[in-house]
Amino acid sequence: MSSTALLFLVLGLGLMAWIAARTRAAAFADGGPRGGATRHSLPMYHGWYVALWAVLPALLFLGVWSAVTPGLINGAVLATPEAAALPAFGMERTAILVEARQLATGQLPGAFNPQAQALAPAFEAEIGKYRLIGTVLALVLAFAGGAYAFTRIRPDFRARTRVERLVMAVLLGASLIAILTTIGIVASLLFESIRFFSFVSPSEFLFGTQWSPQTAIRADQVGSSGAFGAIPLFWGTIFIGAIIAMLVAIPLGLMSAIYLTQYAAPNVRKWMKPILEVLAGVPTVVYGYFAALTVAPAVRDLGVSIGISSASSESALAAGLVMGVMIIPFVSSMADDSIAAVPSAMRDGSYAMGATSSETIRKVLLPAALPGVVGGVMLAVSRAIGETMIVVMAAGLAANLTANPFASVTTVTTQIVQLLTGDQEFDSAKTLAAFALGLVLFIVTLLLNIVALRVVKKYREAYE
Amino acid sequence: MTDIATPNAFVAPDPASTAHATGISDPKMTARNVNVFYGAKQAINDVSIDVDMDNVTAFIGPSGCGKSTFLRTLNRMNDTVASARVSGEIRLDGEDIYASDMDVVQLRARVGMVFQKPNPFPKSIFENVAYGPRIHGLAAAKSELDAIVEKSLRRAGLWDEVKDRLSDSGTALSGGQQQRLCIARAIAVDPEVILMDEPCSALDPIATAKIEELIHELRGRYAMVIVTHNMQQAARVSQKTAFFHLGHLVEYGDTSDIFTNPREERTKDYITGRYG
Repeated sequence: MSSTALLFLVLGLGLMAWIAARTRAAAFADGGPRGGATRHSLPMYHGWYVALWAVLPALLFLGVWSAVTPGLINGAVLATPEAAALPAFGMERTAILVEARQLATGQLPGAFNPQAQALAPAFEAEIGKYRLIGTVLALVLAFAGGAYAFTRIRPDFRARTRVERLVMAVLLGASLIAILTTIGIVASLLFESIRFFSFVSPSEFLFGTQWSPQTAIRADQVGSSGAFGAIPLFWGTIFIGAIIAMLVAIPLGLMSAIYLTQYAAPNVRKWMKPILEVLAGVPTVVYGYFAALTVAPAVRDLGVSIGISSASSESALAAGLVMGVMIIPFVSSMADDSIAAVPSAMRDGSYAMGATSSETIRKVLLPAALPGVVGGVMLAVSRAIGETMIVVMAAGLAANLTANPFASVTTVTTQIVQLLTGDQEFDSAKTLAAFALGLVLFIVTLLLNIVALRVVKKYREAYE
Repeated sequence: MTDIATPNAFVAPDPASTAHATGISDPKMTARNVNVFYGAKQAINDVSIDVDMDNVTAFIGPSGCGKSTFLRTLNRMNDTVASARVSGEIRLDGEDIYASDMDVVQLRARVGMVFQKPNPFPKSIFENVAYGPRIHGLAAAKSELDAIVEKSLRRAGLWDEVKDRLSDSGTALSGGQQQRLCIARAIAVDPEVILMDEPCSALDPIATAKIEELIHELRGRYAMVIVTHNMQQAARVSQKTAFFHLGHLVEYGDTSDIFTNPREERTKDYITGRYG
């Protein structure tokens, strides 16, 4: 029996168990209007309880069984006399075993290696044997579980409590998966980075000013050693994400927040705020097109027209400007929240002194909202420096250490994409450098997020 | 509206002819037939009242009777509430404060306000007091500003407590000190009228006593109106008392009369604690 059929069989048993248990529990219900005074759970819960007992142990067993059997089958096959002729170790031995298995399961029409052909019948026999054992055990478990649970159904049996407990366990498991995945990601970054740092010292990586990751194949090539000083990358990231983008996003975001919270009439706010928020929903790759096709040429032409002949069509300015526009909704919605959170007593106090709206905003509301605004800006920065698509499309690849916004600079994320796209060998410093860069980026954005959330939280507490 | 026996006969807004039942001959502010609406709901119903320089006027009445709402019409703080609408006439020194050419900024500089909950700005003590003079350009030089701040803090009875820590945050002071700081802040722009909206309701008895003492000291220098829930406080600090109920001005007269010999049954019931 194939595993799919077995799965459906088990689920079918579960369905039968559900119906049987529900019917039996419903029979208790004849006692009174609410189904008898002593019944604890609705019939449905009894049904679920029994069905879960029938299905879950069997499925768990099948999961474990399918993980364990390949090893057992291999062991059994290797114990046969035909296996004695196999090469002792290495890839050839593995290849022959895999081929034999595929022959046995019908995935390969014919044998390439005669030894595999010889092993195939043994494989076939073992696979059939283990599959039969698995099927029988699973069905026995399903019946046993269902029968055990079925005998426990009584009017006062607390089926609901048990089903709810399982629901909670499932929810807990779901949240643990997210956390474990994060830990796994960090661990993989960390291990690959450690491997990278066995090629390049951390101080050279963090403080070096030369970046040219092309390790040469021949020793006499130019840049044969590769240079992994990441300062130009960090600078490019900060220049685009934290300087140019913020010069755009902070004033525009703040001013739009002030307009929306303090000046806009309710019906203007009603349509303006959603439009601003749409900006946050635009896929970053669309911003990337916009930056590369529209903004970058315009910026280059502007640079040339004001006499900067070195103006690049992959300028820091173009990428930074577009990224700034992308970040506006973040800054404005955080600033909006912070300004709205300033107690209205402050505002009234200022108005009662005869202050105008703009005086009140400049001298009372903004200073009071500043921590929240700063928190919002930090979150925006962390978003900007981790942003990839815009810089991949609009920023350059040259690792220049320059403050000229018309020149091309590169960022951490752009370089990671460069280092990892295409076929790469995973034992060279060049490829592993991507992980070290990722780790630095991860740490920086994590710290920014932690500090920003702290700042915002502390500020919230100050007024509550 | 006519079912309310208001002691204030309608008086022409000319300040020279405002002698009436309250015995105020030289009113600073006059309100005539004032109605306030929040949307469709009427919060103040045909209120007429005079406020003068020599007396502290107390507004008393149960919660929701409109006394704070009426107070806020006197410096147009209700303008910040979008749904609020005011009809009738309110004059400051004979000038209609709801006239279209009235500058609200100027009005609020002349009619200061102290709120229920102390609301110092999250700035230093000095900056809190200097805020008003700065925005109104009252001081040309730093030394003048220093003088204004010192004078205001002295008048608010706070100078000796804070003179060595003017750069500390205003929000770090105790509740009573914060409220006196707010009074100093209001005084600093040299207003003519000070409106106080339950200034002691968030304070302990000792801080309350200090504020009441301060109100006594400031009397005569500024026209003062105080909204209070506390009838003993009204009796202690005011010379004139107005009793509001359900948006109507029920009775207005000398504080001693209101508390010892109220004309209206509702006033008497409120004062004797039958409701409120």
